[in-house]
Amino acid sequence: MKYIDHQSVAANTKSRIAKNLVLKGVFFAATMFGLIVLAILLYRVITQGSGYLSVEFFLNFASRIPEQSGIKAAIVGSIYLMLVVAPVSIFLGVGTAIYLEEYAKKSKGSTFIKINISNLAGVPSVVFGLLGLTIFVRYFGLGISILAAGLTMSLLILPIIIVASQEAVRAVPKELREASYAMGATKWQTILRVVLPASIPGILTGSILALSRAIGETAPLVVLGIPTVLMFTPDGFLSTFTALPMQIYDWTLRPQVAFHHAAAAGIIVLMALLIFMNSIAVFIRNKYQKRW
Amino acid sequence: MTTTVLNKVEIPAQQTQTTEKSSVYKTNQLNLWYGTNHALKNIDLDIKENEVTAIIGPSGCGKSTYIKTLNRMIETIPSVKTSGEINYRGRNIFNKDYQVEELRTKVGMVFQKPNPFPKSIYDNVAYGPRIHGVKNKKILDQIVEKSLRGAAIWEEVKDRLNENAYGLSGGQQQRICIARCLAIEPDVILMDEPTSALDPISTLKVEELVQELKSSYSIIIVTHNMQQAARISDKTAFFLHGEVVEYDTTDKIFSNPSDKRTEDYISGRFG
Repeated sequence: MKYIDHQSVAANTKSRIAKNLVLKGVFFAATMFGLIVLAILLYRVITQGSGYLSVEFFLNFASRIPEQSGIKAAIVGSIYLMLVVAPVSIFLGVGTAIYLEEYAKKSKGSTFIKINISNLAGVPSVVFGLLGLTIFVRYFGLGISILAAGLTMSLLILPIIIVASQEAVRAVPKELREASYAMGATKWQTILRVVLPASIPGILTGSILALSRAIGETAPLVVLGIPTVLMFTPDGFLSTFTALPMQIYDWTLRPQVAFHHAAAAGIIVLMALLIFMNSIAVFIRNKYQKRW
Repeated sequence: MTTTVLNKVEIPAQQTQTTEKSSVYKTNQLNLWYGTNHALKNIDLDIKENEVTAIIGPSGCGKSTYIKTLNRMIETIPSVKTSGEINYRGRNIFNKDYQVEELRTKVGMVFQKPNPFPKSIYDNVAYGPRIHGVKNKKILDQIVEKSLRGAAIWEEVKDRLNENAYGLSGGQQQRICIARCLAIEPDVILMDEPTSALDPISTLKVEELVQELKSSYSIIIVTHNMQQAARISDKTAFFLHGEVVEYDTTDKIFSNPSDKRTEDYISGRFG
């Protein structure tokens, strides 16, 4: 007695193939939906904003006259912000990842921390803004400064960097660590000479992607009370500042259509920056492909 | 090379005088548990210097566990508990004040799968000396050449020391790992099935190497391959279910074992 009835199999083959085709179409449509919306958005932004892109746009401060408005204060502010966020978040993030993966003993406590770091990555950025306002701006008395905003942004992207670094560190084969320990190396020597060199591409990729999120993030800055229009560039890390997303946010709120076009130009600059940072990440990932 | 020949002549001379060689490792009543799994039971072994000691036995008998206990690499597994003592040169390695880093500088290890670092051949061999503080380039050069010669691979790689070790064949990689181990100038070399991932020709080369190395080092080798144990070792310990069934000279174990289980294993009736 046979379990497979070949006649009925032949009979329903057609419907199975048809089902496959329909679903292929559904999944293609799902892919296209996102792409088309994105393309429309890009088209609108570029047609509206490209007219405003000029050298003056980068060199002028914001102005009441849309045509004379520029992003000088915003772009310098964003660069200052990154100068705080990059070192703080990468040091704290990679340090945490190394501690959790290499030093911490497996216990309920460390598992609890690991699970919650992933959860933290999902906390809305407004909540981080409130945290920064309470702790950095008020409690530490840093005021509405680059340092306060930078530390807040660092906290926001810390979970992303930690998780990416943990994965990169975990991907280093344990045989390599064993080889190092078996020669009498300490943990730190093994981390410095074996683990980090092998995991640095993954760590850098994750960090750059996280930084590009920080540079485009608006909500925490709004909560911190960062001004939207400034007529000067910051003179230090305790100075107040404005950032690109804040400037764009301000322009979109104004009633005049011309300001909306200035906002579109700002968006183009921001997106160019993001694409540039992401392509560095992709370049690093491809250049240092794993060799094991 | 001349020193090797001299030493080889000396060894039988020592044996005729029946002067006991001194012990490198004396294991007393060693027990080891993985969680609740009792993996090593009351192990007593006395391992002599400048000999090749083979540890044989079927899979899961505890032979790899035992060799990894000798340099405390087993401690990287969190659930491991031990009792009893292992005296290395008269000092219990489980003593609180015995730093593993110090122990592992004297006891090198070669692993089952060749595990070179993704670095150049030179940097692989210089790794150990560097972590122990050798910075002088000239001295490092000398250590690298000496170690690569010691591992019989100098001639094959001397023109490409700066190439990545991953470009070498499996057998060459394993000899780089042996050279890397020699570079810390150990007293004992532990080998955990060093040829199980290699082809027959590479295996032969590693076996010849072990014969050359035993004049200057004490070698403890875990092997799955009984012919290999018979070919290269002076003493053989037969492990079964976490116990040492028999430990004697290799000649005795393979020609006239005292225990029925040893005889069954070496004649291929199980395992």
